[in-house]
Amino acid sequence: MAVLTEEQSLLRDAAEAWAQERSPLGALRKIRASGDGLGFDAQAFAEMAEMGWAGIVVPEEFGGADFGVHSMGVVLEQLGRTLTASPLIVSSLTAATGLKRAGSAALKQAWLPKIAAGEAIVTLAIDEGVRHNPAATELRAKKSGAGFKLSGAKRPVPFGMAAHAAIIAARTSGAPGDVSGITLFLAPTDSAKLTRAPLIEIEARGAAAYHLDGVTLGPEAVLGAVDEGGPLLERMLDCACAGLAAQMLGSSSAAFEITLAYLKTRKQFGQLIGAFQALQHRAAVLLGEIELTRSAVETALDALDADAPEAHELASLAKALAGDTFRRVAGEMVQMHGGIGMTDEHDAGLFLKRARIDDMSFGGAGYHRERYGRLAGY
Amino acid sequence: MFDVADSSEQAWRAEVGAWIRANFPPELAGKNPYRYTSDGAYADADPDFQLWLRRVVDHGWGAPSWPVEYGGGGLSARQGAIINEEMINAGAFHPNRTYGEMMLGPTLLEFADEVQKRQFIPPIARGEVRWCQGFSEPGAGSDLASLQTKCIDDGDHWVVNGQKIWTSGANHADWCFCLVRTDTSRKQGGISFLLIDMKSAGVEARPITLISGTTHFCEVFFSDVRVPKENMIGGVNQGWTVAKRLLQFERGSLASGRAEEAPLGPIARKHVGVDAEGRIADSDLRMRVIQNDMRLRAYEQSLRRTRAEVKAGVGLGVPVSALKNLGAGLSQERAELMIEILGQRGLGWEGDAFTPEELEATRTWLHSKAYSIYGGSYEVQNNITAKRVLGLPSA
Repeated sequence: MAVLTEEQSLLRDAAEAWAQERSPLGALRKIRASGDGLGFDAQAFAEMAEMGWAGIVVPEEFGGADFGVHSMGVVLEQLGRTLTASPLIVSSLTAATGLKRAGSAALKQAWLPKIAAGEAIVTLAIDEGVRHNPAATELRAKKSGAGFKLSGAKRPVPFGMAAHAAIIAARTSGAPGDVSGITLFLAPTDSAKLTRAPLIEIEARGAAAYHLDGVTLGPEAVLGAVDEGGPLLERMLDCACAGLAAQMLGSSSAAFEITLAYLKTRKQFGQLIGAFQALQHRAAVLLGEIELTRSAVETALDALDADAPEAHELASLAKALAGDTFRRVAGEMVQMHGGIGMTDEHDAGLFLKRARIDDMSFGGAGYHRERYGRLAGY
Repeated sequence: MFDVADSSEQAWRAEVGAWIRANFPPELAGKNPYRYTSDGAYADADPDFQLWLRRVVDHGWGAPSWPVEYGGGGLSARQGAIINEEMINAGAFHPNRTYGEMMLGPTLLEFADEVQKRQFIPPIARGEVRWCQGFSEPGAGSDLASLQTKCIDDGDHWVVNGQKIWTSGANHADWCFCLVRTDTSRKQGGISFLLIDMKSAGVEARPITLISGTTHFCEVFFSDVRVPKENMIGGVNQGWTVAKRLLQFERGSLASGRAEEAPLGPIARKHVGVDAEGRIADSDLRMRVIQNDMRLRAYEQSLRRTRAEVKAGVGLGVPVSALKNLGAGLSQERAELMIEILGQRGLGWEGDAFTPEELEATRTWLHSKAYSIYGGSYEVQNNITAKRVLGLPSA
């Protein structure tokens, strides 16, 4: 448990209470059953926005609270405990950070107040290949008059069916693999040249495949500078990783607590299975991994708020550890529950699926170990 | 959390740092502090170490946070912790981080009576008396409470008979804090905590040679050893309570002790070579080195978080039993990686054909196997985490 500021403590308590009452584990099942492809409950997200969570990193002049990334992480950790699905990380944290840091006055004015109010969802159209690798961006943005014409494919785009706009990573120069030559565009999703199709995945996260066939954008749609979107995107993704790692920490903790409770009630061979040393030691090891992850997450969130130079590697450290830990805890959750953990009726499967999705989002543990190694001089 | 140091803390830090830089003998830079505090003969033979110990003690920092009336420095725990941190920052080390200072002293402050406190604590603070820990026995390792060393009431004395093992530094120790059996009808409830003068008749310490070649672990034999009645701490049959507290201090010192390790990257690049992009040439080894570095960093963050939470009173941080296993495992893994990086040069035992650094790495690797055995083994720590932290039931 971090040493929190007063506002962070209030946010944590509010998020904990809200998630338990308004977004318990069962809520995710309803979203899955609804089949609307949005991947989240719009009414629930409106309530989150009402409580100010969609504006936590948005500057006050645009209707936000400007509390910082750690405060967002505090809320996300609590939402992660009940596997709450929402575009908070994608839109309210990451897209808002990109706009805040590099958006023109007009772009900020157009989108930040709506993001903060939860009225608009701005997603991230970054990934193209089977693995997260922004430098490999192929989607082309060709000069066209004063503006650009974008053509190519993006997949998966999180909450892509619900999004009102997307920050699209496009190549304006160089070749796939070059970090330079990438430009970020903010494009509304209602263009006739943009087709989107929902992806039906192991969990309803609202992912979509985007096809751009000559989407025309003016120069005012560029976020930051042409060809120089790479570093900005890195910083945005650092925030996404730290925020998601905080959410994964909450999910890991909840999965662990549910499993512990089962070890204390399930009897076999005439005794509680939690009395078996083989299970006790595995539980003890999981506790250590969760604690390590917590330290890495809190340090990364603080480093981002402080704009510290080591924030890049600390974000990768947090994301890699959170991925390893969440997948391990979720796997043990299924195993320690035995047959019941394999049933769709039990929640263990929800954690198992979410752990895989979270780990792969914004780069898996392997991607972030490699990135950390490069940044740390290995 | 980043430590948010207030101005008085920063001032203290600056004062401490300046004093250390002015007084730490440069001859000791780069020396292994563990050797001085664990090997009495080695410490006695080094005049630079003796000078450093005397300076620190004369400055009142032999035991900085103990009460002044028992020879301590009377500083707050935080101020004392800063002294240790600044020692490390300055490339120095605290010369009095011995079994007496780290474990026995804090225990005596809680459990000893006034006469015992005045007799035993000040010499520890001054670094004058060397203590060893007589807990483990040939038949009582991880199951410590099954210890059998007999302690019989003989009027104004106790009479002790039995054998201890893995007693660090017993061959150079002046005194031993010992667990003995005063009642054979109960397990934990029949144990007492006794302070024994190693010069007493009937005490014999024999060194044991370990796989790493060191000889500072000993067997200790007690044959009709007479110990004054007033040397028992906490009362008859109360020793288990005293010992549990002392073991907490031990685990705390073990958990906090091993974070400051140099990164493996530069050593690996030098010995393994680099690829066209300047990365460690062996990609499998490289990923394992990166993984160890990342987890070690998260472990250091966990130590800082634990200190911050305790200081702010919002929690206890990471449970000590979990920290100990994480720290021990990461250090062992690192020692293995180091040998792998050194290749054939990591296999030397002694002689000029190997550099002192190479020989040290080899001995460290062999010694590191003890990290998950001493101070409560890996398995015992997991038992503690499972039962006391997670509340899992007993069989």
